[in-house]
Amino acid sequence: MKELWNLFISFFHIGTFTFGGGYAMLPLLEKEIVDNRGWVTKDELLDCYAIGQCTPGIIAVNTATFIGYKQRGLWGGIWATLGMVSPSLIIITIIATFFQKFQEYELIQHAFGGIRIVVVALIVQAVINMWNQSIKNWLGIILFLISFILTTFTPISPVFVIIFSAITGLATRNTKGANME
Amino acid sequence: MIYFILFIEFFKIGLFSIGGGLATLPFLYDLINKYGWITSEELVDMLAISESTPGPIGINTATFVGYKTVGPLGGLIATLGIVTPAIIVMTIIAHYFMKFNEEPLVRAGFNGIRPAVVGLIAAAGYEVFKISLLNIPAYVSSNNLLELFSLKALGLFVIMLFGILKFKKHPILYIVLAGLIGIIFKY
Repeated sequence: MKELWNLFISFFHIGTFTFGGGYAMLPLLEKEIVDNRGWVTKDELLDCYAIGQCTPGIIAVNTATFIGYKQRGLWGGIWATLGMVSPSLIIITIIATFFQKFQEYELIQHAFGGIRIVVVALIVQAVINMWNQSIKNWLGIILFLISFILTTFTPISPVFVIIFSAITGLATRNTKGANME
Repeated sequence: MIYFILFIEFFKIGLFSIGGGLATLPFLYDLINKYGWITSEELVDMLAISESTPGPIGINTATFVGYKTVGPLGGLIATLGIVTPAIIVMTIIAHYFMKFNEEPLVRAGFNGIRPAVVGLIAAAGYEVFKISLLNIPAYVSSNNLLELFSLKALGLFVIMLFGILKFKKHPILYIVLAGLIGIIFKY
């Protein structure tokens, strides 16, 4: 029980101090999980992070489940995940409660008028970074275009885009030029 | 019943959004087109808040949409929905294949999925662009192409994009800055 509680507390701590998620979390994970607790080695953490990126779900949660499972099995994974998501639940619930009231103020409306614009710029940056990391050949460019066009101009769900692209990846795995990494 | 739908929809998002953070955005767009739980503007505001508050972005947005739909319990249900597939999948992987990401078939599948995820996020970005930078109602009523673009908005966009790409600081900094500029210049 004590160990489950420790898992909860450690991941609660990480969830509280990670802003922006994803890669911002890695240094904190390293300090808490590797240095302070010694639950996994640094290499194991990096492996786990790589797995977390190519499995369904949110990377932070994947990592928490994985490390929790390694420590205490299924319940370890569940407690670590609950620890990870609890700060979000608390903080966002508080913000959401007040947000409706806030939105009535003209000042806040102007602030979000500016903020919505910067969100577009942040997404552009993310797309550029991901493009550089993920698109390395003609197949990648074609799948990017198909995915963009289908989602923008048709009501097709992103779920089908993901399934279709996974099948395409598998079907072309022996095609020269399509699968160099 | 609404709790059940909320759980199932976020379970689906948890299962199919791959690659973290913004990857949930296209699915959230799909969701609000289907159910109209929140407006597109609210989704963008929520994304900005999620990037500026502690915790993983995907969890923050799930809590927010759930809360907006049916209150605090909705936030909890949506969050449980989005993490459940991860718990199931990761438990299986942690148990059976430690080298999951090195399996040839897994690699081949992800060779297809990764570029598609970039396309999905670009599509979501285009939706946000339409809401934030284009004034579609003004264009429709006046039929004047110049009305479609606001120079003030485009100017801020270009400056911010330049700053982000050049200085690579934490997103919160740009969000706070844009908020202040928004207040000062009445965006």
